[in-house]
Amino acid sequence: MNYAQFLTMQQELGVLAVFLIVFLFDTFCGKNSRSAVTPLAIVCFAAVTIYGFFCTGTGEAFGGMYVTSPVISCIKSILNLGALIVLIQAVPWINSEEGSVRRGEFYELLFVTLFGMYLMISARHFLLFIIGLESASLPLAAMVAFNKNKYESHEAAVKYMFTAIFSSAILMMGLSFVYALSNGSLYFADLAESIALGSNSVLLVTAIAFVIAGFGFKLSLVPFHLWTADVYQGAPTTVTSYLSVISKGSAAFAFLVVLAQVFGAVYSDIWEWMMYALIIATITIGNLFAIRQRNMKRFMAFSSVSQAGYIMLGIVAANVLGMTSMIFYILVYIFSNLGVFGVIQAIENKTGYVSMDDYRGLHKTNPWLSFAMTLAVFSLAGIPPFAGFFSKILIFTGATESGSVALYVLVLIALINTIISLYYYLLVVKAMWISPEEPVVPAFRSACTERFGLWICCAGIIFLGLISCIYGWIYGVSEIAATEGFFALLG
Amino acid sequence: MNLTMLMYLIPSLIMFACGVYGFITRKNLIAILISLELMLNSVDLNFVIFNRFLFPGQLEGMFFTLFAIGIAAAETALAIAIVINIYRSIKKIDVSEITKMKF
Repeated sequence: MNYAQFLTMQQELGVLAVFLIVFLFDTFCGKNSRSAVTPLAIVCFAAVTIYGFFCTGTGEAFGGMYVTSPVISCIKSILNLGALIVLIQAVPWINSEEGSVRRGEFYELLFVTLFGMYLMISARHFLLFIIGLESASLPLAAMVAFNKNKYESHEAAVKYMFTAIFSSAILMMGLSFVYALSNGSLYFADLAESIALGSNSVLLVTAIAFVIAGFGFKLSLVPFHLWTADVYQGAPTTVTSYLSVISKGSAAFAFLVVLAQVFGAVYSDIWEWMMYALIIATITIGNLFAIRQRNMKRFMAFSSVSQAGYIMLGIVAANVLGMTSMIFYILVYIFSNLGVFGVIQAIENKTGYVSMDDYRGLHKTNPWLSFAMTLAVFSLAGIPPFAGFFSKILIFTGATESGSVALYVLVLIALINTIISLYYYLLVVKAMWISPEEPVVPAFRSACTERFGLWICCAGIIFLGLISCIYGWIYGVSEIAATEGFFALLG
Repeated sequence: MNLTMLMYLIPSLIMFACGVYGFITRKNLIAILISLELMLNSVDLNFVIFNRFLFPGQLEGMFFTLFAIGIAAAETALAIAIVINIYRSIKKIDVSEITKMKF
């Protein structure tokens, strides 16, 4: 066996190394030095994140089961960055009584999920893909159940776990049908070949519907979104923020890979219309349900459902621009969503308030937190100077580039939904800045790590849209992927 | 008697449908977990059947099944652990009681 092939999976090895370091330190260090796990994990992971930006090679391992290319390294680096911000913002919570009991476990589980997501993104064989998917979703269920003293955490974990198993069963059922259509191999390339040869049989339509449904659960697209709000509300807020950005971003990219590289040949015959229906339902229903939420975590859950719909626009565009704008959207979404969750977390850690009604008059007591929250919410809504506006513009441009009328209609519906979303995002801003009532949350100074995390998020929100070299970088790596035949099946 | 592929596939698909039905209608968390196991096992069966009848010279489906069985076991273990947590905190494992968070 050629052991040198392991060196192609540098990002995975980095995450695995951090996992091992944290695991060994947590196991063998004395009781008194156990709190050093937190800085150790953050420093090591920051090193891996920085290193990740320099891994731009192309390569494959395990007979082509695992591939890496510049675009894959790019999305992994972006997810690394998001996970690093989550880790930084998690420090006050993990040092509190609630988190410190199982401090090491939190980091270990988080790194294992990240490792699984990276395998899932890089997999070009369905066996490795399923292993990656499961090693991403199983530890996440354990993370949702993290807070053993709180009943909501268990309830959320039950809901997450059972829908996760159900969805992976559905996904694997779809894969078994795809396998029946293949030439006996589960490699993406071989499957794509036999799908392109065969016509669109009933079995193929069923298989694609099952696969899309399975992914729909992971991404919380609309008919499959019912677990989202409950899980987001019940899980510890740190885990919620991780679940809403990193897990969603990686699943979205893996979804693009599967749809383009396996089912690309039947794009306009089968899955284009399925995706249209899903996107319209996701954006609209996510928005409408978000309006009536008062709990901030549930509110963000429905907001993230509708944001997932916008991310899917990049998939249905199925071209270089769509892919670029999807990755850029994920990047901006990471910064904006983590900004909102950073504020929610800061307030929850100090006072325990999570309802939108408790945010009334927040600017009188905590102007900086209100400011950060306003920036993040404006970015999510897509108000011009902020990054969210540019990511929305790019994703709409990518979707309309092919020029089909159906895609224009789709973008129009998405555009109308942006206005609806503006209403409920501004409800938060109104509660914080305009409501005349006396503030509920007392003035406090949040922990320095939380402030640092929020500063990073704010900087990202303000500058990502204005500094075009970031977009240029993503576009460059996407073009390399396209010349290597990422969209070859789509014609 | 010569058994065709369909004779194996139909029980497998019935098993999957039973699993989905059980997942939706059962009230007990353990019963739901059993339904999920039915679904996962029918997937395993499907892979084995397709491999045996369509691609007798290859083993990819069999390998997938072996890994899927392992993954299903891990899923069950974790789900049972979570159900035990629920039981410890409210002394019930009935889904109609696990409704603190709704809508």
